[in-house]
Amino acid sequence: MDKFEKLTGIAAPMPLVNIDTDMIIPKQFLKTIKRSGLGVNLFDEMRYNQDGSEIESFVLNKPAYRNAEIIVAGENFGCGSSREHAPWALLDFGIRCVISTSFADIFFNNCFKNGILPIVMPQEVVDVLMSDANKGANARMTIDLENQTVTTSDGQSFAFEVDAFKKHCLLNGLDDIGLTLEKVASIKTYEADMNAQRPWV
Amino acid sequence: MTAPKTLYDKIWDAHVAHEAEDGTCLLYIDRHLVHEVTSPQAFEGLRMAHRPVHAPDKTIAVPDHNVPTTLDRANAATMTEDSRIQVEALDKNAKDFGINYYPVSDVRQGIVHIVGPEQGWTLPGMTVVCGDSHTATHGAFGALAHGIGTSEVEHVLATQTLIQRKGKNMKVEITGKLRPGVTAKDITLSVIGATGTAGGTGYVIEYCGEAIRDLSMEGRMTVCNMAIEGGARAGLIAPDEKTFAYCMGRPHAPKGAQWEAAVAYWKTLFTDEGAHFDKVLTLKGEDIAPVVTWGTSPEDVLPITEVVPAPGSFKGGKVEAAQRALDYMGLEAGQKLTDIKIDTVFIGSCTNGRIEDFRAAAAILKGKKIKDGMRAMVVPGSGLVRAQAEEEGLAQIFIDAGFEWRLAGCSMCLAMNPDQLAPGERCAATSNRNFEGRQGRGGRTHLMSPAMAAAAAITGHLTDVREMM
Repeated sequence: MDKFEKLTGIAAPMPLVNIDTDMIIPKQFLKTIKRSGLGVNLFDEMRYNQDGSEIESFVLNKPAYRNAEIIVAGENFGCGSSREHAPWALLDFGIRCVISTSFADIFFNNCFKNGILPIVMPQEVVDVLMSDANKGANARMTIDLENQTVTTSDGQSFAFEVDAFKKHCLLNGLDDIGLTLEKVASIKTYEADMNAQRPWV
Repeated sequence: MTAPKTLYDKIWDAHVAHEAEDGTCLLYIDRHLVHEVTSPQAFEGLRMAHRPVHAPDKTIAVPDHNVPTTLDRANAATMTEDSRIQVEALDKNAKDFGINYYPVSDVRQGIVHIVGPEQGWTLPGMTVVCGDSHTATHGAFGALAHGIGTSEVEHVLATQTLIQRKGKNMKVEITGKLRPGVTAKDITLSVIGATGTAGGTGYVIEYCGEAIRDLSMEGRMTVCNMAIEGGARAGLIAPDEKTFAYCMGRPHAPKGAQWEAAVAYWKTLFTDEGAHFDKVLTLKGEDIAPVVTWGTSPEDVLPITEVVPAPGSFKGGKVEAAQRALDYMGLEAGQKLTDIKIDTVFIGSCTNGRIEDFRAAAAILKGKKIKDGMRAMVVPGSGLVRAQAEEEGLAQIFIDAGFEWRLAGCSMCLAMNPDQLAPGERCAATSNRNFEGRQGRGGRTHLMSPAMAAAAAITGHLTDVREMM
């Protein structure tokens, strides 16, 4: 997993509420057995016509946002399916950070496993960031994970909360499985206890 | 004296294998269910790191998402190449890593959330995960069950644990009795209508109350299945005699003295008097009507007697979302829901693909025909559900009415296999999601109970099933 320390990039505004993982990556693209290559189909049905041509009005098709690395989104972003293909598609497109008032739990977790930082902000802050994102490519937002701040193109800075363990893993690009396997003794002890207490499991 | 605990607290506490100083826990996983779509990258990760599956005996795999449901599916050519590659990858991964497996050719194959309980893998008090958000289904047994992403699938395969922080407790109580024609599906949709799709985010829901206790295990599975559509990763129902009766004698349920010990433990799995819930929702059973969805989010739900709402009647970002939903669904504000014409009926899915669902639909369809030109299919949740429905004569009722009687799989719930809607095609579906494009690009989905779907199949429009009872 790539580290996430500090990011300065274009933020695309997507104010729609309840953007679900079927919108982020429709099911016909889940038939891959790889993690990569999904960026071209990110938001496929919102982004392309049936004939494959681009829908001009869709935000990521507009010249200003084609290289967006941040999305500022409406509430409950990433609801629905647990498909990790959603963060894989975002990452493959180049999105490293999503900001919203709320995220669906599973999507939120999946982001951290892939070096994407989801940031929860109160409505009034998301409103400010949304207007900043609406300024287009000249407006670049800065996300500083170490100091837990988002800074708009005109210098307004907002603090955000992040789980300490998740922050540590993201800053250092750490592999969860490796970290957990260091605790394999605890897992084995638990299993031995449970075999005695609940042998039917 | 220890503080009173919720059912969720008890199951959580019994599964913490390690707790770090900051409260991050390793939660031990008792059952890991695996399907072909969200697992290939996880097994690949294990291979690259030369890691084995930590507990293959607790890992159960079954292909379901993109298997064809047509009767000729034994012929591999019925699958598209990419689907076949995923199913073959699961065949190979199951064999290489030595996990329990029900291949497409096995009569026990079916939707992973129907196979787990059916085979007795899912039992009260367990932790159950799967790379699928509808894992919440297993909460009907008083098991802590939720969906995970593929990275977490790999983590569970490698360590049999998940890195977790505890969620909050939410109680959803349905008091009193349900009225005739109202089912578990109407309960779960009505709850989502009341909370919104993010109302349960961060919570584990415990469903309780007389109307929940009165439900069969099948009905309880329907209720818990859609906890995720309300934002809650997991839904729970405390186990009782119905739960024990359902589990007894299942192939992987304990036997003999172990059964006795298990039941004694399961009887301790309830929320203590006075335990704290962070959020509470109470609905009266008698106030719940047969409902349908009108929009493109499961929270867009109304009693069948209502009209399509005006976007302006909502607040904030929902105004734009509702307008977008009406445009997508091809509906006008003020239109009566019962005037909405239907092209297709889909009965099946992990929400409503069990025997009781088919009994309810067949009771409406018996001796009747579906509307001319209607496309209608019933897709059993498992090969065993299919066999039982045939034995009970339900299959013949569906066939005589004009339904296609399919083989088991996820089918048109998410349309990863060839069972899809065409653009503009409108479907009465017993599945769980009405998102844009969910059942096929441009397809329009109305969610409802099996009995309501059967009624719509006969009349050709959304229908109040109570008029047919």
